[in-house]
Amino acid sequence: MHWSSVGEFLAMGGYGLYVWGAYAVTALIIVAETIALIRRARTLRAETSRSAHAAAD
Amino acid sequence: MSWFKYSSPQTFYPLAGKMLPWFAALAALLGLVGLYIAFFLAPTDFQQGEAYRIIFIHVPAAWMSMFIYAVMAFWAGIGLVFNTRLSSMMAHALAPTGALMTFIALWTGSFWGRPTWGAWWVWDARLTSELILLFLYLGYLALVAAIDDPRRGDKASAVLALVGAINVPIIYFSVQWWNTLHQGSSISMTRAPSMASIMLIGMLVMVFAFWAYSIAAALMRVRCEILSRERHSAWLRTLEDI
Repeated sequence: MHWSSVGEFLAMGGYGLYVWGAYAVTALIIVAETIALIRRARTLRAETSRSAHAAAD
Repeated sequence: MSWFKYSSPQTFYPLAGKMLPWFAALAALLGLVGLYIAFFLAPTDFQQGEAYRIIFIHVPAAWMSMFIYAVMAFWAGIGLVFNTRLSSMMAHALAPTGALMTFIALWTGSFWGRPTWGAWWVWDARLTSELILLFLYLGYLALVAAIDDPRRGDKASAVLALVGAINVPIIYFSVQWWNTLHQGSSISMTRAPSMASIMLIGMLVMVFAFWAYSIAAALMRVRCEILSRERHSAWLRTLEDI
């Protein structure tokens, strides 16, 4: 194992701000894009099936 | 089986839905393996200390930013020449993910540049051409959004995507053509990679993770595009599983 403690892992040899600043924003963007896409798909699917039912009636 | 079978939104919509979970799962799995290598197996760099660990997201994002642009320009061009609406939708679906990858590349690069170069930003050829790539993506998205008629929007944005494609080789070769602060490529076709093999493996795993993620995001978005553009089509009403 490379790190002897959690604190050492978080400190990243003094570069913690830079390493975690880079990784946190990347993770945030990927999570936000995924959530936005799931929500958009859900809304569009609901609208489509509603209009399909309306057309069938 | 004919490949053209899947060139219509009607047949591609369910196919994209079937492929989506596989690419999403692949992205998650490769991402976890890649991060484990990045933080627990890869050794400390003898010059840059732990700061170099940004490479595991910086390089994949930068590669994907260029690759997605090339694929987007390809589909936009196909849509322009053959007038196939699915191709144009594919190009639109790739653009936001490409823009985000470009932003990630610039952001992580900035957080890497500060400790190693002493500056968050420099007007270096590599950095400047990557920033131009971000503006190309944003311009493309703005143009698509600004034109009400989707078919006209497809054509106008395709021209922009194709003209902008000239920037991709400029980014790639910028470190050779100009004397830049940005380091040259760590991986080349003609010589051995200039990094430790476990670092290289970790980086390549992350490249495939970003690639699988980009495909999953694009497939999801192209399904949304199809639903919103074809909402009045008869085929959507006959679809059993929307």
